[in-house]
Amino acid sequence: MSAVWDAYAAAQGAITGLGLADWILPTLLVLLAAAAISWVFRALVIAIAGATWRPMLKSMPLTASFGLLVVLLYAIVAIFAPLIAPFGEREIVGGEYLPWDSTHLLGTDNLGRDMLSRLIYGAQNTVGIAFATTFLGFVIGAVPGLIAATLGGWVDQGLSRLVDILMAIPPLIFALLLLTIFGTSILNMVLVIALIEATRVYRLARAVAGGIVVMDYIEAARLRGEGLWRLIAVEILPNTAAPLVAEFGLRFCFTILLISALSFLGLGIQPPTADWGSMVRDNATLITFGDVTPLLPAAAVALLTVSVNFIVDWMLHRASGLKE
Amino acid sequence: MTEPLLSIRDLYLEGASDGVWTPIIKGVSLDLQRGEVLGLIGESGAGKSTLGLAAMGYVRGGCRITGGTITFDGEDLTKASEATRRALRGRRIAYVAQSAAASFNPAHKLIEQYAEVPADLMGRPRAEVEADAKTLYDRMRLPDPENIGFRYPHQVSGGQLQRAMTAMAMAARPDLIIFDEPTTALDVTTQIEVLAAIRDIVEQFGTAAIYITHDLAVVAQMADRIKVLLRGDEVEEADTRTMLATPQEDYTKSLWAVRSHARPAQPAPPDGATPVLAMENVTAAYGRAVVLHDVTIRLHAGRTVAVVGESGSGKSTAARVLTGLLPPSQGEVLFRGQALPPSYKSRSKDQLRQVQMIYQSADTALNPKSRIREIVGRPAQFYGDLRGEALTQRIRALMEMIELDPDQYLDRLPGELSGGQKQRIGIARALAAEPTVIICDEVTSALDQLVAEEILKLLDRLQAELGLAYFFITHDLATVRAVADEVVVMQQGRVVEAGEKAAMFQPPHHPYTELLLSSVPEMDPDWLSSLLAARAAEAG
Repeated sequence: MSAVWDAYAAAQGAITGLGLADWILPTLLVLLAAAAISWVFRALVIAIAGATWRPMLKSMPLTASFGLLVVLLYAIVAIFAPLIAPFGEREIVGGEYLPWDSTHLLGTDNLGRDMLSRLIYGAQNTVGIAFATTFLGFVIGAVPGLIAATLGGWVDQGLSRLVDILMAIPPLIFALLLLTIFGTSILNMVLVIALIEATRVYRLARAVAGGIVVMDYIEAARLRGEGLWRLIAVEILPNTAAPLVAEFGLRFCFTILLISALSFLGLGIQPPTADWGSMVRDNATLITFGDVTPLLPAAAVALLTVSVNFIVDWMLHRASGLKE
Repeated sequence: MTEPLLSIRDLYLEGASDGVWTPIIKGVSLDLQRGEVLGLIGESGAGKSTLGLAAMGYVRGGCRITGGTITFDGEDLTKASEATRRALRGRRIAYVAQSAAASFNPAHKLIEQYAEVPADLMGRPRAEVEADAKTLYDRMRLPDPENIGFRYPHQVSGGQLQRAMTAMAMAARPDLIIFDEPTTALDVTTQIEVLAAIRDIVEQFGTAAIYITHDLAVVAQMADRIKVLLRGDEVEEADTRTMLATPQEDYTKSLWAVRSHARPAQPAPPDGATPVLAMENVTAAYGRAVVLHDVTIRLHAGRTVAVVGESGSGKSTAARVLTGLLPPSQGEVLFRGQALPPSYKSRSKDQLRQVQMIYQSADTALNPKSRIREIVGRPAQFYGDLRGEALTQRIRALMEMIELDPDQYLDRLPGELSGGQKQRIGIARALAAEPTVIICDEVTSALDQLVAEEILKLLDRLQAELGLAYFFITHDLATVRAVADEVVVMQQGRVVEAGEKAAMFQPPHHPYTELLLSSVPEMDPDWLSSLLAARAAEAG
């Protein structure tokens, strides 16, 4: 139990204000190391990038570089999870709540499964499902949003009021309700969350496109006799892309949180599939003993959220055309 | 000679774009005596607004002063603390911006905003300040000076707002006022009133002023001296009369010459000829607001009809009816004698092709995410069904027509072109459809004079080569003189006078046409005074 003891002692040190050397210095060191790694990563990316991307990458702040690096690492971990994980996702490898040691780097969980392996598989499940859900939400949200803005009139009224009705129900309760009706499966969860996210995406796409459709070049395209599809795909979508991509990053984070929340409540990704949200719930007992292990999945969600937002900030900055 | 009120010596100023500092003002000096009005003139990008703001010791974000001094009443503003500079602004130096509508806070009444400097900052009694405001509103010839201050900015007209802003600048009786294009956004008839009011009040209080504009005729009325700027450099400076009579530099001479451009009108079409495009007895409305009343305009092949009027006259609405964007409630649009469907949605591809449009602001008329190749090529591809090599050839031919090098420009985005070049791309897009009629909606009003003249010459040449007919909407009578064969004058949704150009510029005129014609500023520095005298005599 030495790790628990150390953490406990450190926590106590921080609380009594004597933990300067224990907490502030390591934190600074971690931040410095992150900055250094981001800097190296940016230099590396610039070196291998083609001429078209290079000017854009050179303007990339360190935060965005850090975000890109983290997202890339998550992607690698998720894709190659079976190769990286030391044990199987559902394999019971030892006693319950084993401490951190050389075989089980992060100990074991409430059923004696390897924590590190489950964290790695969790990246696959949580991030993969969240990505698919967000993507689906964008397709079923942005397309009607753009159509409503372009056509206006009754189409706009009808779609917008429908979305208003859906948005009037609190999202978590709405999700619980729908999942109770249709049953808990990963497919149902993806569809339900995508629908909820789509209402938000619809509002954004419609609002942004609303500013574009009044432009003279849209009028010129209409007068040329262009069809609806061409108007949206060529004239409107490229000009709304920047805020939509930025929103994608934010929505992606909200989706992870919503999936984690549902899993925590037992309606999300079902055991024994590894999922960061349910991993926190399953091992929550350990928190009482001052062990940080159950918080690691939460930290994984937090790190990804922060990283995605770093990238989003940079994109928003670029899209708004702001100069320093 | 007494100590000048404002003295700028060898001012250098830089602006940053994408982290690179580029010079905006390159060593300009100026002196301004008390009570003197200096006109700053130049094209966009000449640095005249930046210089005007620098005279207040103010530098826009992303810019910095790199050399020189700005001495106001003995104090060097480049070295003074920000607090000192702030204490001067509004009290001793005031600023009147181009767009009063954008400069007033829409949530507060005019007089509240007027009182900010004298009452809130200088601590004068509120009642005294309000009484003073009413006096100034009266001097600025605002209607109902007693009560107009208690209205909100949206409740008064643009010209009145501009005068209210000048009154506000006068509130603290400053030593210096910077006028930054105060009448550029106004109609000619309104412009006269504002110009006269500004000139009177500056004279009455002996205020020194810097008057920034791109319009030579306006500056000739207002300034004692004129300084010409070009890309951050001084071209020349002289007394107004000397400058107008004998400009020294080539650049100044070219500015002076622009207004003389005109092409001879074409002979009138034979009686009974079928107009190529016509609107017959059209009445049109937005919701319940009727904006066109029984308007008939006919356009014959190869000719130019100039539709003139002030904002709100319905001239742009006429274009929307012609293109089918606004179906008329009565009357019809005829193409070669055949009625066109009222809405563009029911017009055939060929009917749409025949009538093309060029817009006022090339910035919003071109999709910022499309390459020039795509913008110019799309109509050719869409209407002419051109593909591959044939399409490329057509695009290149179009670029040659508008005098832009295809190799250099085809793969650029609109943002990488200058204003004049963008307008040329707008023309190329219209030409790509091989139309019979092009509707030109204020195509030159957003451009500098020299660039505008180039565009007009290009349109002239294309008309001669391709036999196009132009429906030319403008508020600028100099442009009408330059391009029109036939003139239609509109006021409040009605055609008040129409006829051949030669006849229209000869008396007798309809009273409104007369008002419009006489309101166009002339280069003569005595023009405004004599016009006001003549109008006063008529009224009296």
